[in-house]
Amino acid sequence: MATVTYDNATRIYPGSTRPSVDSLNLEVADGEFLVLVGPSGCGKSTSLRMLAGLEDVNSGRILIGDRDVTDIQPKDRDIAMVFQNYALYPHMSVADNMGFALKIAGKPKTEIRQRVEEAAKILDLEQYLDRKPKALSGGQRQRVAMGRAIVRQPQVFLMDEPLSNLDAKLRVQTRTQIASLQRRLGVTTVYVTHDQTEALTMGDRIAVLKDGLLQQVGTPREMYDTPANIFVAGFIGSPAMNIGEFHVENGAAKLGPASIPLSRETIAGLSDADNGKINLGFRPESLDVSTEGTEGAFPVEVNLVEELGSDAFVYGQLAGGDEVAQNISSGAGQAQVIVRVDPRRVPDKGSRLWVKIRPGEQHHFAAASGLRLPS
Amino acid sequence: MSAAVTSAPAERTSNRQPGFMKDGRRRSWTSIIVATVLAALWVLPSLALFLSTLRSRDAQASVGWWNVFTDPLNQGWTLDNYTGVLQGQDMGASLLNTLVVSVPATILPIMFAAFGAYAFAFMNFPAKETLFVIIVGVMVVPIQVALSPMLNLLGPNGVGISGQFVAVWLLHTGFGMPLCLYTLRNYMSTLPFSVVESAKIDGASHYQTFWLLVAPMSIPAIAAFATLQFLWVWNDLLIAKLFLLPSNTTVVVRVQQMLGTQGQGAEIVTAGAFISMIVPILVFVLLQRFFVRGLTSGSVKG
Repeated sequence: MATVTYDNATRIYPGSTRPSVDSLNLEVADGEFLVLVGPSGCGKSTSLRMLAGLEDVNSGRILIGDRDVTDIQPKDRDIAMVFQNYALYPHMSVADNMGFALKIAGKPKTEIRQRVEEAAKILDLEQYLDRKPKALSGGQRQRVAMGRAIVRQPQVFLMDEPLSNLDAKLRVQTRTQIASLQRRLGVTTVYVTHDQTEALTMGDRIAVLKDGLLQQVGTPREMYDTPANIFVAGFIGSPAMNIGEFHVENGAAKLGPASIPLSRETIAGLSDADNGKINLGFRPESLDVSTEGTEGAFPVEVNLVEELGSDAFVYGQLAGGDEVAQNISSGAGQAQVIVRVDPRRVPDKGSRLWVKIRPGEQHHFAAASGLRLPS
Repeated sequence: MSAAVTSAPAERTSNRQPGFMKDGRRRSWTSIIVATVLAALWVLPSLALFLSTLRSRDAQASVGWWNVFTDPLNQGWTLDNYTGVLQGQDMGASLLNTLVVSVPATILPIMFAAFGAYAFAFMNFPAKETLFVIIVGVMVVPIQVALSPMLNLLGPNGVGISGQFVAVWLLHTGFGMPLCLYTLRNYMSTLPFSVVESAKIDGASHYQTFWLLVAPMSIPAIAAFATLQFLWVWNDLLIAKLFLLPSNTTVVVRVQQMLGTQGQGAEIVTAGAFISMIVPILVFVLLQRFFVRGLTSGSVKG
């Protein structure tokens, strides 16, 4: 067991001027499950591959425990990696696949067999040990890939989108299995995904990356409740947060006919560069259905209602002028607002719904920098 | 490679209908007819040769082989051509010589080229692309260009191995390798790169990665190229004629020598040629499964 430390680690691909990973500083505690998440091309896989030793580190250091592994060969880093396509050896049986690393390390046959069988028991693969990978289902292959990592008893597990080749139902099952397995084994794990739901459900902590820059690190709750900037606010949570840019007048943000009062601290955080504007964010689930005339209530034109049984989501536009409507965006796209409503009382299509942000559940970001403002 | 792919064959067999192919597409009569005609055209010369081997010298010289079908009784059927070849011409020894030439001349280039292909596909070194282009480029250089310098180099003024088997092995290795390296490298680049990365993390050296993973996964391509190279070496006349002593000579050279300058012995040539074909045909029939798979495997990932 060990900690993992990225110390200003930077990776610039040859022929590119912009770093793919730019001065990443990140500490993963012993036994922690850290999820690296971000849109494609954000550098999350590159960060993981730097830790694995499959990518060079152009500047900075990477430490596993107290040991600087920046220039150490992958095999000497005491890590195990699960690949997106599993990278199983097609001509070897499941047992040989799982025992490959031990065989290379020159371990005696009886020990290999014993460790492979232990791992197979944990993963429920015992009856498949003599099969070839092609005779396994996608989920079983995924478990073999996990088994190959477990057998090695490494200090750190690295997982590169291991669930993306599974179908939706199996992905949800395997997600919980991997998370509980990791907690049971207590091995430090760095997990890469582009799926924020996976990140929220599996990680002890989440690190969000964008364009090679670390945006925020924190527990799932912190990421959800106090996103550090607009990008994290829009990325974490499903459906995504409604975020819009509004004028500030008399200490309140103007949402068409409604004024959303802003606190003294928020106003103080605004600078001249913001040009009298503020980014206001509110999650679909932070809106209460209200009535016309209530303070802070604003109208939404209902375009579509999506009923999921446990929830219902209203997709609509902010009423009260084009400028206001165009300036907001949500998970459904530009000029769209999403509101979670009681699934037993859904509004009609085309109707006008008055909603109000629940107190304390609005997020403020500076218009110029996109950084979070105190509320 | 998903679960759907593995379960597909079972469904196919149960759904198979007449008029449809295994993959569910409609059977095309045009392609069946064209393929049959082409196959017949290609088999015809061999068939003609075989029928001629069984006819007497006079019959061969006077009328064409197709008279076998119109006038089957007057063809002078005989096995003398075969007995003539086997008794007079030392065919057994030359068949053995040809094997001694072909087997190492098949294995050696593949072995070297497979190492090279691994390096070109999975390792990083300076001028990798340039070197590869050069190797592909030399594929177009024919062996005639090098005949004179090679005779000098391998002959008594140089290394002094001309006339021995090892000289021919070296030449076939050298001239067969560019194409082999090219095919194998292209095949290996279709293998999932993460397998090699996984092996790297598992602690395998390049040598182990090659022998334990990449070589077994490249068997279809290796077998396909081995078939090609074996047939090429077996049928080679130029190198064998120039670089082998008469006592070491191969069956193709022997057949060529059966024909006298005045055209005498032409009937024995047919039988000799047919005997020289037997081994290549056997090799092809045994390896054709790999051969077809190896040629298509680059395009269809599976």
